[in-house]
Formats: sequence, C-alpha cells, structure tokens
Amino acid sequence: MSVELDVFVGNTTIMDEEVYQLWLDGHTVNDAVKVRMEGGVMDECEASKDVLLSDTMDQYRTFQMCERLLHSPAKLANQLLFQIPPHRQIMLIERCSRDALIQLTHLFQRSHNSLFLYLFVKPPPLCYVSSHGNLFFVSLSLFRYYAFDDTFVREVLGKKLSKGTKKDLDDISAKTNVTLKSCRRQFDNFKRVFKVVEELKGPLVENIRQHFLLSDKLARDYAAIVFFANNRFETGKRKLQYLSFQDFAFCAGQLISNWTVGAVDNMVEDMDVDLDKEFLQELKELKILITDKDLLDQHKSLVCTALRGKTKVFIEMENNFKNLSRGLINIAAKLTNTKDVRDFFIDLVEKFIEPCRSDRWTAADMKLYLTHYTNSAHILDTFKHQVVWDRYMGVVKSCIFKMYHD
Amino acid sequence: MPGKLKAKIVAGRHLPVMDRASDLTDAFVEVKFGNTTFKTDVCPKSLNPQWNSEWFKFEVDDEDLQDEPLQITVLDHDTYSANDAIGKVYIDIDPLLYSEAASVISGWFPIYDTIHGIRGEINVIVKVELFNDLNRFRQSSCGVKFFCTTCIPQCYRATLVHGFVEELVVNEDPEYQWIDRIRTPRASNEARQRLISLMSGELQRKIGLKVLEMGGNAVVGYLQCFDLEGESGLVVRAIGTACTLDKLSSGSAPNTNTHMHPNTAPASNACNSPSKDGKEPVFVEDLPSSSGPPTPFRALPTSSSPPPFSPSKPCSRQSSSSDTDLSLTPKTEEPHSVRCRPGIFLCPSSPILSTDTLSLPGSGSVGCGRGSNPRATTSAPLSSIQSDSALLRKSVSFTEDLLLAASGMGSGGSAGKEAGPLRTLLRQQTQTALEQREFPFFTLTSFPPGFLLHVGGVVSARSVKLLDRIHNPDEPETRDAWWEEIRQEIKSHARALGCHAVVGYSESTSICEEVCILSASGTAAILNPRYMREGCLDIGCTDHRFEEPSPPNCGFCHIPYDELNMPFPAQLTYCYHCRRQKVPDVLFTTIDLPSEAAVAGKGCLIQARLCRLKKKAQGEANATAISNLLPFMEYELHTQLMNKLKLRSMNALFGLHIQISVGENMLLGLASATGVYLTALPAPGGIQIAGKTPGDLSSEHISSIQKRINDTIAVNKELYQINPPELAEEGVGSPIPEPRHRSRLFRSHSESSDELSELDLSHGKKDAFVLEIDDTDAVEDIHSLLIDAPPPTGFYSCNTENMPGISNWTSGVQMFTSVRVLRLSNANLTNQGLNKIFTDLCENLLKSFYFKLRSMIPCCLCHLNFTVAVPEEELIQVTVTAVAMTYDKEQTQEKTAEKPVNKGSLEAEEQLQFPLELCADSSSSNIQTASKISDTVSLFTPAAKLCQNQLLIVRSAGVGESTNISPRAASVDYGSFADRCSTWLELLRLKAHTIRRGSVKTSRRTQSLAHSVSSLERCSPLQEGRSRSLRSSRSFGGSSVTVVKMTPLSFLSGTRIIKYLGIINMFFIRETTSLREEGGVSGFLHSFIAEVFAMVRAHVAALGGNAVVSYSMKECVFMENPNKNQAQCLINVSGDAVICISETDQESSASTANTGQTGGGGTDGAT
Repeated sequence: MSVELDVFVGNTTIMDEEVYQLWLDGHTVNDAVKVRMEGGVMDECEASKDVLLSDTMDQYRTFQMCERLLHSPAKLANQLLFQIPPHRQIMLIERCSRDALIQLTHLFQRSHNSLFLYLFVKPPPLCYVSSHGNLFFVSLSLFRYYAFDDTFVREVLGKKLSKGTKKDLDDISAKTNVTLKSCRRQFDNFKRVFKVVEELKGPLVENIRQHFLLSDKLARDYAAIVFFANNRFETGKRKLQYLSFQDFAFCAGQLISNWTVGAVDNMVEDMDVDLDKEFLQELKELKILITDKDLLDQHKSLVCTALRGKTKVFIEMENNFKNLSRGLINIAAKLTNTKDVRDFFIDLVEKFIEPCRSDRWTAADMKLYLTHYTNSAHILDTFKHQVVWDRYMGVVKSCIFKMYHD
Repeated sequence: MPGKLKAKIVAGRHLPVMDRASDLTDAFVEVKFGNTTFKTDVCPKSLNPQWNSEWFKFEVDDEDLQDEPLQITVLDHDTYSANDAIGKVYIDIDPLLYSEAASVISGWFPIYDTIHGIRGEINVIVKVELFNDLNRFRQSSCGVKFFCTTCIPQCYRATLVHGFVEELVVNEDPEYQWIDRIRTPRASNEARQRLISLMSGELQRKIGLKVLEMGGNAVVGYLQCFDLEGESGLVVRAIGTACTLDKLSSGSAPNTNTHMHPNTAPASNACNSPSKDGKEPVFVEDLPSSSGPPTPFRALPTSSSPPPFSPSKPCSRQSSSSDTDLSLTPKTEEPHSVRCRPGIFLCPSSPILSTDTLSLPGSGSVGCGRGSNPRATTSAPLSSIQSDSALLRKSVSFTEDLLLAASGMGSGGSAGKEAGPLRTLLRQQTQTALEQREFPFFTLTSFPPGFLLHVGGVVSARSVKLLDRIHNPDEPETRDAWWEEIRQEIKSHARALGCHAVVGYSESTSICEEVCILSASGTAAILNPRYMREGCLDIGCTDHRFEEPSPPNCGFCHIPYDELNMPFPAQLTYCYHCRRQKVPDVLFTTIDLPSEAAVAGKGCLIQARLCRLKKKAQGEANATAISNLLPFMEYELHTQLMNKLKLRSMNALFGLHIQISVGENMLLGLASATGVYLTALPAPGGIQIAGKTPGDLSSEHISSIQKRINDTIAVNKELYQINPPELAEEGVGSPIPEPRHRSRLFRSHSESSDELSELDLSHGKKDAFVLEIDDTDAVEDIHSLLIDAPPPTGFYSCNTENMPGISNWTSGVQMFTSVRVLRLSNANLTNQGLNKIFTDLCENLLKSFYFKLRSMIPCCLCHLNFTVAVPEEELIQVTVTAVAMTYDKEQTQEKTAEKPVNKGSLEAEEQLQFPLELCADSSSSNIQTASKISDTVSLFTPAAKLCQNQLLIVRSAGVGESTNISPRAASVDYGSFADRCSTWLELLRLKAHTIRRGSVKTSRRTQSLAHSVSSLERCSPLQEGRSRSLRSSRSFGGSSVTVVKMTPLSFLSGTRIIKYLGIINMFFIRETTSLREEGGVSGFLHSFIAEVFAMVRAHVAALGGNAVVSYSMKECVFMENPNKNQAQCLINVSGDAVICISETDQESSASTANTGQTGGGGTDGAT
C-alpha cells in the first residue's frame, strides 16, 4: 500500500515561507520534513509525519513550478498560472527585513480594515494576510530566491560566470557549507541577471531593480556581482581574503558610479558595466605627479605640513610618502591594461594598504592622510589634471577607507 | 436566426521559443468557427507578438452559435516545413447570446496544448451581433440562462418554477475510433476536446428548447456530466430545473419576463398576472412571509416530451423487467431477482424481524425489503398503486428517513385538526398538479423560506447496466430508457413516503469496463401548495388558513405522511418545537439545511466509508455480483452514518450524498453528509454496547468500550456546542417518549442476521442504540467508529452550502482541489483491511487540509465534496474539492448591533488599488476633505516617475472602529499593485515619515467606487486600456491580472453578486509522454490542475467577472502508465461566472448614485 499520487492545489497559491527557505537552501524533502518536525510545526493542527511529508512535497512542487517564473520576475506580474498576490510576489524574490515587515504589518492594520493580519510569533514566523479574500503569507524569514550567501558569492566574485566555474561549484559548496543545490541556484541567478543586463541600456542598478523586482540593496549587490564578473576583478588571492563581499560591493558601487561612462553623464544611455576608456587614458596624465620631481617634492611638503602634529605616525607617513604616492599613481597609470584592471584591488592592497598597515596606521590616520594627499594636489600650480585627479582619488580614497581593516 | 460573430486577435505574450536557432518564434493565429477559418499575419521573431488584427467576421446560424466554440490556434510559421502548433484556446461564446450577461469577451487567455500545457497567453476580443428580434429565438434556445447554482441565483427572483428538464446526447468517443491508431495523441485529444465542447453546446441548446417550451427562461441547478463509456461511446447528459426568473434590480422593478420567454403560453400569463400586481411575489427570497394569490405551477406541455407513464405501464414493465434491465442479455432474471434479495435477506418475513425493522428507521432502510413490506399494507390516499410495482422491479431503493403522516388527520394541534380535511383536499390538488408532470423533481437544494412544507427523507435508486455500443448516436434511446426507469422509481419512492415532489435531486454513474451503475437520489418532500396549485383554483382566502399551522423553523421536519398509515414503522414524537405535530427521531436529506431551521450547536461532516471486495468477472456475471453487493453496501453505509450521527449526538443529516464506485475487483462506497442537531427533533440517545458472546470478551472490555463511547459523545457535545434548549419537558403536556427503552443496532454484517431472532426487541420507542459485540469484526467496527478524529480546534467542516451554526463569515476564501491515489500492494486483502485503508485515506486527506489551511483558523471547510474512483485494479482515487472560509469567532449575534458602526466605517474604507489614471481628473481634490476618520494614511508611490502618475491611496478607519468589514475586491489591479510593490521598501521607508495625517480623507473615494462599479460593467475594454497604458509606462509587468475567486458555494462571503455572466463549462485533456521529467504523476497532475484553474480564471476575467460560484470539478479521470513514462488526465469543471462586489461597496455606490455627486456621499457617510 503506497500513496501513488498526492496533490493539493488551491485557487490562491499557498506557500509556506519556512518550506520555501528550506527549498532554497537545497534541502531534500526528507531533510525538510525533519527540520520542520524539529521546528514543532507538528503541534499545530495535530499533524502527523505523513501530513508533513505530503505538505512538504506539495510545497516543493509548487516552488519548482514557480521557479520558471522567478527566473524572469517581470512575468510574475501578469502570469496566469498562479494566483499570487503581488506583494507576495515581491516577498518571493527579495529578502525583507523583520523591521520592514513589522512596519508593513502596522501599516496594513492601520490602513485597511479589510486586510486581516495575524502575526505568529512562534517559528516559523509568518504573517498571514488575507486581502480581498485571498490568502497569502508574508514572511519574516530572511532569504528569498534572489538572496544569496555572502560566503558563497565571495568565492565566485570576479570569476567568469561560465560553465567552467559552475563545474567548480561542488568544491565551493564543500568549502562554504552551502548545499550544492543552493550554490547552483545562486550561481544561475548571477548568470541570469548578468545575461539580461548585459544587453540593456541605462543605469545598471536601476535595470536590475526593475527587471528582477529587487530591492535597492539587493539590486546594488547584484550590480556589484555583475560588475566584478564583467571586469574579472581578482578577488581570490590570499592577500584579499580578509575582505568581505560587502567590502567589494561597496567598492564596486564606487567604481560604477564614478568610473563608468554612465557616471559622467546620466543621460548617456550606455552600459555602465564597463569602465570609461577615455578616463582610463586620461589617468596616464597623473604620472606627472611622480615623474616630475619638483611636483613630487612640492606635493610631499604640502601634505607633511598639513599633517604635522596631527598624527602619531607622522614620521612613517613622511618617510613613505613617495613610495605610497608612486604606488597609487602607478595603479592609475596602468589601468588601461585589462590585466591591470583585474589586479586593481590586489594592487591597492599591496602597494598601499599593506605598507600602511605595517606602519600601524589607524583608520583615522589613513583618512587624514588621504584627504590631505588628495586636497594638496589642488594647490600644485603646475598640476593641470584636477578633474581626473578628483575622479580617481575620490574612488580610491573611499575604496581604501572601506578596505582598510583587519 | 443568424448572428454575426466578430473576433479580433490583439497580441500574445510569453510565447514559447519555437526556433532554437534564434530563441524566438514567428507566430500567427488561425481563428476558426464552424467551417470558416481566418488567419492573422505572421509576427516574426517575437515572443510577445502584436498582431492587432482586423475584426474577423463569421456570419452564422444561432444554432451554431450555441453549439460551436470559437477555436483559436496559435502556430509557429515555418517556411520550409509544416507549421508547428503552439496551442489552442476554445472560447465558449454562449454567455454573449443573452442580453443580460456579458457583452464582450476580452482578455488574456492561456494558450493550451494537450501535450505541453499552457504555453503563453493570447489577447482576444470577441463580440456577437444578434439580429435582435428576441422573439425569434425559439428555433434555437439563445437567451435561456443557465446556472449551476442549486438555489435561486442571488440577483434574481423566480416567478415560476416549471420543473425538471433533462437531456442526453451520445456519440462515439474519438479516442476509440479507428483513426486514433494513426493520428498523434495531440490530434486525438483535440478531437475529443472539440467533440465534447460541441456536445455540451448541443445539449445545452436542447435543454434550452425544452425550457422555452415550458415557458421558462432559465435553468437553475444545471448539472452536466460525462459518461466515458469507452468502446461503447461517450454520453453527455444534463439535468436541471426550469424556472422563470426575474432580474431583481434595486429601484426598477418592472416585470420583464414577458420578453424573456416569448413563448409563454396564455395560461402562464394568467398565472403571472397576480404576481405582476405586486401582491404576491411568488418564490421571492426576500419576502418570505408574504402571502397572497398563488401562482401556479405550470403544467408541462406534453407534446415534446415522452408521454407520461400510464399507471398500467409500470406493471407491465415489471413483468418484463428482465428485458429492460439488462438489455444486452436475454435472460436477466438473475440480476433482477438479485436485487430483490437484499430485502428478503434483511427482513425475511418473520414477524420478529419486521418488528425489528420497525424499531429502527435506519436499519430497515434498504429499499425493497423495507419499502415494499409496509407499503403493501398501506392504502395511502396519495400513493398510487404503481409505486408498489415500480419498487419491486428496481434495484436498490433506499428510503432513508421515514417520514410519516402529515399533519392533519386526527393528530394534535387544533389548527391542524381544523385544517385537516381542507388540507388533504389541497394536497390532492397539488398532487394532481404535480402528477401531470412526468417527474416532479427539483435539482435545487435550497429554497426560499416557506417553499418546503415537509421533508420525507432520502429516496434513491440504483441500477446496474451492461454497456453496449451505441449504434445510432442520434437515437440514444437505451440510455434515455435507463434513466427513465430510475426516475420512475424515485418518483414512486417519493409517493410511498407521502410526498409529491423530490428536491435536491441528482444523478450519477460509475463505470468499470462494460458495467455501469446508474444512481439517482433526492429528498422526498411536500412543497407549499401555494406555489404549486393551478392558478384557476380558489385564489386567496383559503390560503391563510393553511399557512398557519407549522412555524417555519420546525415545519419541514414534520412528517408528511399519515401517522396511522405509515409507510414504515418509525418512531414518532411530537415536535419539540411546536408540540403540535409529529416528527421522526432522525431525518436524512440531500438538501441544504433550510435557513430558517432551528439548530443547536454547530454541524459537522459525517462520512461513512466502505470497501467491498468482489470477484473479477465478465459481463453479466459481473453485473449480477455487483447487484448482489449493492444492497449490503447501502445498508452498511447507512448503519455507519447512523452510528456516527449518534456518536456526535446529532439527529439529522443534510446534503447526504452516497457514492458507490465500481472497480474490477472491489466496490467503494462513500456517504458524506452534514450532521446537525435539529431542536425540533428528539435528542438522540446514546449508544449501548452489548456483549453477545460472553466467552469471547470480558465484560470489562465491554465496559471500557462503553466508556470510550460515552466519553466520545460527551466530547463531541462539547465540541459542537450542542446544548439544546432544555424544554420544560413535561410542562407542555405533549407525549414525549419515555426515555431509555433500549433498542439495538446490530451490525449490518450479513452473518449477524441469523442471530436476530435472539433479540428481544420492544417495538416502538427507543432512544439508544445497542451495538452488539459478537465477534472480533464487531470490535473492529466499533474501533473504526471511534477512529474518526474530530477536526482540530478552530476548524469545522461540512459538505453543505451553509454551515449550521456559523454565519458570520469573513472574507478569507480558499477553494482547493486535492487528489490522492493509493496503490494497494497487498494482494490478499480482506474487507476489513480495505475498509481500514479507505477510512485512513479519507481521514488523512482531511488532516492534510487542516494542516495546510491552519493559517486560516478559525475557519470552516465548506462544501467538502469527496469523489471516489477505482481507476485500476489496485488503485483507489479520492478527489476532493472544497472551500475554506474564515469566520469571525468573536462576533456572534451582535450583527444588528454592529450594523450602524459598519456603515460608518465602511464609508471610510478605501479601495486599496486605484491607479490614478482612472480618476485623474480628480487629483486636485484628492486629499482635501476633512473627516472624522481617525486613522487615514495616504501613501504616494515614490517612484512616480516609473509608474506614471500612479497614486496609491490607502485609507481606512481605525481597526478598532469596526472589525467586521469585509474586504472589497471588485477588481484588483495587480499590475499597478505590482508596480507599487517593486518600490516596496521605498514605500516603507517613506512610510516612516509619511504623511500620517490623522484626518485626511480623500473625497475621491466614492467616485472611485463608482468607477469600480462602472469598470466592472464594461470591465474588459477598460482593463485593456489600463493594461496598455501600463505597458507604455513600464517595460514589464504591464497588464493587470484580475483576481478571480472561486468557490463551490453559491455565494461569496461578504460580497453580493450583482451579475451572472454565464455558465463556465470546460473540458480539458492533458497527456504526457515524459512523465518523469514533469515530476512524476503528482507533478503532472499538480500542474494540470493549476492550469485548469488558470484557464477558468482567465475565461471569467475575459467575461468581465471576478468570481466563480458553484464551482465544481465534475470529472477527474487520471490514467497512467509509468513503464511507458506516460500519463493522461481528463478534467471537467463547471461553475457560474459572476461579478460580485463587496456588500459595503454596493451600498455606498448606490448612495452615490442617489446623491448624484461624487464627493458628497463619502462625507455624508463619514459624518
């Protein structure tokens, strides 16, 4: 005697957020049942293991059927197969913070009598909203289909989103403790987003946000991932291991908004996945700051004057000034080479951050130094490339601030 | 009369990739109606083609309009090879054929392929121009409205109920034609879908013709079924109740029915006239207590229908019954005698046994034995001789509750006495009126108050037939004759119960190989003569006298039969309500609980489940074996029901539906009903356990079982809140039966019957059952009795339209379908083992539902409709469709008190979704008027640049102000909502420092409400426009998807149906040759059912509707062949497409209309 077939289909698609998360995390049905049993859901409604298994399988099937739609979320809005209320569609895709949901809850409770909201405090934390006679869950759990594990994305950041990389996913899975299934989903998400925005004009973040209905934060993260993948920034070297995904994402944001074509002129409808070639050419002009000895000395004295007495590591700063300045300018000058673009972050660390760190600069020291370093250049009479300098240093400065930690 | 059908193909979206090389598709569309085909241009290289075609015009006969669907095929153009079909859409244009329903069909339809499922969507507009001389419809039956709903539809009133209509059409099943061997599965499936669509159309048209002949204009309770008889063909049959309906419109009440049914004979006009005067709204739901001149039942014109049975005919038939019963076989004496046997078996004519039968209404209720015996002795004035004969002939007849003598005749109350003779006279008149009609059947299950006078009990008949090939599809006489027989039998059973009508009537079949069980059941009843009598008879004065006697809340329980000439021995008591007339101790019916009935506590779903093994056999032997088993199954199901009813301390069953399914090696029986405690009926006694053979079981054991049973009863009483009002029992002075006369209920096991004689039974009154433990089986039976787990806290369940004891529904509605198939691996199962498995299957299903729907607590599963089937030898399939509805636990009887509050706050309520473009002219005045509403929030979408002026106005009253506001959802614009949601977090962020203006109120509200109503009226075009504008404003997520609610009930809680758009009747086939890849059988069926829902929703939305009521899944036939990686499934669904608006909306929109100024209404309401 065995159950041959077992389905449950509602006119309004019911989704359990907890199961959704388990599915996203790549758990098998049996694992999911185990987790749910431990979670105590059995106590509700006197469920038995069979009931739980049947429910879990149903949910998994629903998610699988939904997955196709999730791949192009724009379709979600007018797809007909599932009656999923739209705010629920959003929840499906993006992560949503607990705070946001609680706010949402209040908003609904206050704003519309016909929305009934019940908040279950016990795990799984669920909001149950009934609107217009439709039922749906709003979740408080954190991850959604397009959410990703920072540890995982850190591993693939800057890698080519190709089949080759996909083959390595099992290693990454083992290393990061994220199930292979989940790794694949995340990887495919990156790839899908990349493929779509590659062909689109206009601002990158906005494109992602609109096309995949993601929150601003998540869209920015994806933009970072796409940007890194496109420019193949090296992030895997041992020296860069201390940097988190969020560090890189910040830097990517800086690069995107300052160094791409779209950065100069919003009206230009062009991709801002690629760096502004003209700008990179212009960066060569900055070399004068280190090749012209006068300029270099002048610059050093200006900076040292400004710094004197304001920091404990003044001596080190003074001694290292030329080295550091050479380091930064050389990075700038080399950026026309694709290879050197890839090494941008490793260069920043090797040429600048490590020397400073070995001299025990504090973050405040760093800030002070870079501020003056940048500003002093403006006072140099013979230095004519102020605009390029600002555009370059603005990004480098904030990247280094972000990256200067243990 | 011809009409012009116009279709326009607008666009497609989400098409599948048909060209691998380019990842794109070159799509074009063929539009076909009848034999005419048009084509659009090819839209090259696009997955979202815009055809924007011209209007394709078909000039056709209206007969074709009724029969044919519009067929739209989407293809991929291929220069070098044949064009590939992407999929099809069939559009039933019937709703466009009557003026009151939809005027245009316009919307996105899923493109469906029987192999691949849904593949993208297509936007189509369809219109019909009928040359509008309505009188000339009579050649076809355009204009006759069809309703699946089994009550008078909400926005109509019935001026006349004409009665039963039925029709069937047969054809060869394309699946079994020779050509099927050489064509593709896709072609075969499409041929089948198309044929069934044609047959449904034809059937509906023919029924429509009958209705017109009767002078009606509508069919209510329309029930259409398919019999897939395999080799021997395909039968599509339908039954319904012909009515003359008037549209109720607030404000304008002129009787419009004259042009609705141009055919009305002079007689009916005469009948109509009193009601036109407004004196007597006959059968009007909202005026229950009115009395006045009666409107007659129209007599059936006999010209078109088969001649009525003459009294002599059944008799002659009886003698030759062997021929009619199994027409295939010359010597069918066997099955015939077999059918009678159960009666003899149970009640061998020994006196002891008959007393036993006497004692238990339940136990004796297997038709023949029980019915024929007493009936022979009765010389009821009402029942004719033919009842007897018909009964003898027939298979199993099951007359469940014995109802007895009607009021009158020497029984109690003075009013009764006085009216007695007159009433008899009256009844005879009614009787004759009804007798003139062939079948006084009504497929309705709920009636306007006062319509139903008395309810007898359940009558049912089954017949086992051998299928043979239908030789001439145009003359489906065999099938007609089969059903005719069954109906005659039902009719005679009803007579035997002293009733002249059968209500809640339904028919069904179960087919396995060449054996077919035909079943029919209904509830014998006496209808109010007021609604029945011929118009010319004494109008007026006498009525008042008759209307007196029974109070509405118990009258229907009173026995319709003469107490002194009871057709069955039964235990009668005086009505616990009025004390004036007799009532039976239990009452079984197939109808819904009348709204006026007085009940105690809540109802609950009661199911009896049964499996019986049967030897495999062929043909006649098989039919005989099945016939042999049927009576036992009926009996045992009945016993189970009775026991479970007692266990729950209830005394009546409503919505009883007994299904018997036949498989190759077993029969499955499933009886479902809603148990309830009727306060008019006596309290049920307990259940007493008695040890039969002391040696086997210790008395300890028995007492422990007894204790468990008693505990269960106590728990159930608590659970269902059954606290019947304590009558001052003796005070009334009516004879109340002395309690605690023990009767017994013996197990229906056949072996136990020989022990009957040992029982000392006092006939007559008893209020306790004795369960006797005579062997281990009995113990198991008792265990299984106790196994039914009560629903978890917060859940209730029923299978009727209304849940007894709950009426304060809130807005949560979730309709669902669940299918479970069990494979029996163990070859040598016993009946007991099977029973256990089957019971567990049903119980586990229920448990699953409770779990899945736990978030809706407190909620009630309504209209739980279980269907069982035995698709293969070792498979049991159970299909369930039901709706979960939330209700308000707190608020109970304070409805009236809350009304004013509601009114105030409902004014304050806001339509959540309104794109500003709908009322763009008003934006300036959007937020201005101050009001008293405490908690109004206005939100502006920050991403206004994206959503082109979309403004979200969220407005409401504080929660505290009213908890009983039902949501409005006339039409929800998903598209715009999605747009807003894409900026959800911004919204939230914004909200943090929003504009929480305590007293801001948008005065536009009422206008937007008006908009909502008007947008519903011309819904589709408007949506069109809206979707387009959205598309332009945003690259994706363009058009809106209307939320379509579905429910198997005839109403949607918290809303009012303002328009019926037509019947939805769809048939789909899905087949796969890659079962594993589609996720196995479950994955396959899951997506298919989801697709069916999607297609139903799309069609409803295209009609301009926002809900489906009376939805049901008539057929779900699933076949698989895992070895070949194949599966096939057929699904037939039906329902009524409607526009419903929140009750609150309606009021305020009405007020808007009245005041005529948009801003004023809301302010008025709020202040």
